[in-house]
Amino acid sequence: MDPNTKITSLRMEHITKRFPGVLASDDISLSVGEGEVLALVGENGAGKTTLMNILMGLYQPDEGKMFINEKEVHFHSPNDAFAAGLGMVHQQYMLVPNMTVTENIALGYKKAWKGWKLDMKMVRDRIEEVSQTYGLAVDPDAFVWQLSVGEQQRVELVKTLCLGARFLILDEPTSALTPQETDELIVLLRKMTANLSIIFISHKLQEVSDLSDKVTILRHGAVVFNGNTKEHSSAEIASLMTGREIIMPENKETECSNIHALEIQHVNARSDRGYLALNDLNLTIHSGEIVGLAGVSGNGQRELAEVINGLRPVESGTITFFGKDITNKSTEEIIKEGMGYIPEERNTEGIVPPFSLKENFILKDSTAKRFTNGIFQNRASIAQNATTLKKDFDIRCPNTDTAAGTLSGGNIQKVILAREITRKPKFLVAVYPIRGLDLGAAQFIHEQLLAKRKEGLGILLISEELDEILALSDRVAVIFKGHIQQVLPRADADSRKLGMLMAGV
Amino acid sequence: MTNQFKILYKICIVLLAVLATMAMGAVILIAIGAPVMKTYAVIIFQPLQNIGLISEVLIRTIPLTIIALGIAVAYRSGIINIGAEGQMAMGILATTAVALAVPTLPKVILLPLVLLAGIAGGALWGAIPGLLKAKLQVSELLSTVMLNYIAEQFYTFCLRKPMLDPAEMTTGSGTPQSMRLTKNIWLTRFIPGTRLHTGIFIAIGFAILIYLLLWKTPFGYKMRAAGSSERAARYGGINVAKYLVIAMLFSGGFAGLAGAVEICGVHHRAIQGITSGYGFSGIVVALFGGLHPAGIIPAAFFFGLLLVGGNMTQNAVGVPANMVQVLQGVIILVIVATQMVLSNAYLMERVWKKTRRKEVAA
Amino acid sequence: MNVIVTVLSLAITSSVALLLASLGEMINQRAGIFNLGCEGIMSMGAFLGMLLPYAIGHGQATSQVYNVLGLLSATVMGALLGMFFGLVVITFRAPQGIAGIGLQMFGTGAAGTLFRHFVGGTQSIPGITTPPIPLLSRIPVIGPIFFSQNILVYVAFLLVPLSGYVLFKTPWGLAVRAVGTHPRAADSIGINVTRIRYQSLAVGGALAGLAGAYLSLCQAKMFSDSIVSGRGFIAVALVYFGHWQPVKIMWGALLFSLAQTFQTVIQSYGINFPYEFAVMLPYVLVIVVLAFDRESQRLGPTSLGIPFNREIRT
Repeated sequence: MDPNTKITSLRMEHITKRFPGVLASDDISLSVGEGEVLALVGENGAGKTTLMNILMGLYQPDEGKMFINEKEVHFHSPNDAFAAGLGMVHQQYMLVPNMTVTENIALGYKKAWKGWKLDMKMVRDRIEEVSQTYGLAVDPDAFVWQLSVGEQQRVELVKTLCLGARFLILDEPTSALTPQETDELIVLLRKMTANLSIIFISHKLQEVSDLSDKVTILRHGAVVFNGNTKEHSSAEIASLMTGREIIMPENKETECSNIHALEIQHVNARSDRGYLALNDLNLTIHSGEIVGLAGVSGNGQRELAEVINGLRPVESGTITFFGKDITNKSTEEIIKEGMGYIPEERNTEGIVPPFSLKENFILKDSTAKRFTNGIFQNRASIAQNATTLKKDFDIRCPNTDTAAGTLSGGNIQKVILAREITRKPKFLVAVYPIRGLDLGAAQFIHEQLLAKRKEGLGILLISEELDEILALSDRVAVIFKGHIQQVLPRADADSRKLGMLMAGV
Repeated sequence: MTNQFKILYKICIVLLAVLATMAMGAVILIAIGAPVMKTYAVIIFQPLQNIGLISEVLIRTIPLTIIALGIAVAYRSGIINIGAEGQMAMGILATTAVALAVPTLPKVILLPLVLLAGIAGGALWGAIPGLLKAKLQVSELLSTVMLNYIAEQFYTFCLRKPMLDPAEMTTGSGTPQSMRLTKNIWLTRFIPGTRLHTGIFIAIGFAILIYLLLWKTPFGYKMRAAGSSERAARYGGINVAKYLVIAMLFSGGFAGLAGAVEICGVHHRAIQGITSGYGFSGIVVALFGGLHPAGIIPAAFFFGLLLVGGNMTQNAVGVPANMVQVLQGVIILVIVATQMVLSNAYLMERVWKKTRRKEVAA
Repeated sequence: MNVIVTVLSLAITSSVALLLASLGEMINQRAGIFNLGCEGIMSMGAFLGMLLPYAIGHGQATSQVYNVLGLLSATVMGALLGMFFGLVVITFRAPQGIAGIGLQMFGTGAAGTLFRHFVGGTQSIPGITTPPIPLLSRIPVIGPIFFSQNILVYVAFLLVPLSGYVLFKTPWGLAVRAVGTHPRAADSIGINVTRIRYQSLAVGGALAGLAGAYLSLCQAKMFSDSIVSGRGFIAVALVYFGHWQPVKIMWGALLFSLAQTFQTVIQSYGINFPYEFAVMLPYVLVIVVLAFDRESQRLGPTSLGIPFNREIRT
């Protein structure tokens, strides 16, 4: 296709795609016109990313057709999609960290591939051209690992434009941005609609109404709604997304005890790459209190959760747990002291995927008296424990011998939650507990957390979703570059204020 | 998808795997102009002809079982032990040293002592890559292979110098070997006319032990968790590094025990070439046996068959004994590829849909 | 002085096999695949290298054409074996460590089987010898060390800057590096991850085959079961030691081959030191180096050893 033709219309008709045991796309049709912005909305697992991957040629549809400028198109690989003028910015950036911006773009800029020579000058010129046209400044010689998340996103945008995109697909573009960066991005995208049309995937209803002209709602792989954004309220869209009125639980309490459950004082710790991830970090959490930790991901949240649980060495400072010093103690000892932990990556850190549910429930208690019979394991009590937990936490799977790794995300999280909570911990560190879960599972988990809080459990809630933090926390702490900027009581916290703190202001 | 289809599908995959193995082996056989099916027949069936030959198969089954058990323990704990050759050699040296040092102790004490020495020798040699991985994150793949070569040289040195048979020194024939070791360590050969010895009971005993350890105790649970998902185990409070080293102690110790059993049961002296490939064959046996004692014992028998049959092919069909190594390599490649195919649910769905479409069309 | 000249000259000669195999392994590791079967490919290469020259000449000198054909056949077979390995670890996504051992056993066993059938015994061949470079080889000390070498030695050392150029300045090299570090990013931008990995294994295998042929045609001028004796594994270790960079790998190859020449020196000068300990030296060195250079773990291609699967949702 001529690189200068605008894309005036894009249509997907009756697209169907099946994966083993899952109907990912069920007879989906949508259309986007010239200069329009379409929001593709739905819960996690609704099929939004799959649909866009089909559009980009990464997957082939089992049924259905696609049309660009009224001509039918078939994409067998991303190269075909690029040639047709499509470009996608994925949720997790597709940039090679130890290469420069120019090299990353050269990777796709096939015109500069001249046999044995790579024409880097041609790539640089093209980057310059695009930067000027769209007002997107990037440093061509910077290594990607040196750039901030916002800067990397800009590189991704420049990349797709360099490769000739006249139609942009953005997957959760604001998930890693502060509120201010989000506003900037929305302004930028609106300007770009003069030259391009855009589809963006989101589950954040505010930006859907700020940015889009049309909205398509997916549920369980099928379209449940197609319409103009202006004509519908956020509440309407939310209920169409889930199919029912979901009211996420909220923390309305004001009291909590005075007991210092966890005291973190002047802690310094290094990241895997060797730089200081936690920088003179101070935080105190009481029993029966939920402290939400807000911050742009990558500011030390992971390292904080790890030092509390003995998974990362503390260089200096102390961590005290109910008066006892647990700094740099082993994970085993800390667990014995009563620490509970819902880790960030449920599949690789929370469960042993090939092990059955039964075996996963006793991960931290394999030597406990109630599960052993002398030197052998007590099969009966382990099985009983699993059956009870499966029932109480409504975990959906054939039976307790099923491998935990085959469960859906929500059910895996329930397994982890069940295990942690029923061990009667004295404190819980919950990291991104509802990430990637559908609203039903999320609601369940939040209800459990609030219930335990009432029973006196102190919780450190680490999350990227400001909504979640504002709904559940008694106090909100903001982390920036490994340091706690400020701790606000819930009444004083709003997303504007938090946004500024998260950006280091 | 019906259960019947699932079973049929898996059987077909396994059959294809067997065919692929035979085909790849056939490539080499055809290249040297040997009769393919006859060669395979010799390998599999000739060793079963009489009690004498079967006992020779069983004799090889013993060290293969013991080594494979050790490798399975290590593999399930997350560490791949390619160093069984070297660990076996070290076990032999330890056994020989003790037997040479205190030959007059009564059998009831000396035999268990030398077996323990063999275990200790192998365990210590196995601890090296274990510690290297636990403390310094050195890949065990490379360190165990290097230690094999180092042990091989050390073994030759010991047999050439400090442990050299005094008889060799006087006759000057220079074969590196130790002198005949005291009868007090000989394992009884309980079937007259054959070399089959009581080591077979040691092998079976340890198989049962490993089964109980890995699947019935919390200790084994932790090892398996550490091997299945190192991160989740760590996050669950399991000291992965500790279990890594323990796994290698087990693995090396078993290889050392296999060496000790070979000395006490078969050769009665330390000579060159005892380990000759048992360490690597043990890996194939472990994989073939599904890393489980119940599978390892028959797998070890099968590979014993392969080893004995492989020795006979030169005379029978003019195929050099190296062919066994070819087959072992092919079997490893086929096993790991087949495991991936069997665990691919997506593929099974696609095949299921294709068969259903054929039925609908018919 | 004479000893030092001999040692250094020998060190360069015996570093070639390590260098070639290691540069090849560097390429496929940069693309994300580590091939422990390198040792087996070298065995096959060693056998094929000498097969044709021996078959035609039976130990007597023959036309150089057959030597060249020997080298070529070893290189081509190496590429084929590399791609065969690719079938197992790329298409089937099998774990690379164990699969590598399988390939090693296959290659070594096949070489041994074929050798015993077609050649047998300890047959030596004249192999490849090149006359020393005129004038330059007469320079005292430097001359005998650097300029009186076999032609393949020069080829091997030329490959050092050449492989660096390919890896860092060509489009293919860029794709290889991307595929080894972030295959998902490469895939999303239209690079065929599978094809690049197969190609890198072909290159790696070809160089390993060539390295094996060098051993039989140029260094030992014969074939035996123990001709490779761990060089393939050392070559894999060298890639870590050299931080996946050609020049560092070259220094590593020279260092290890220096350690290997100790044994020869001891034996030829009749020093009363058990030669087994000298033979052990390179292997001990590998472990020492691996133990103390933990930095290298972090510097490697991030996706090394991880099979690529587009269908897996992260």
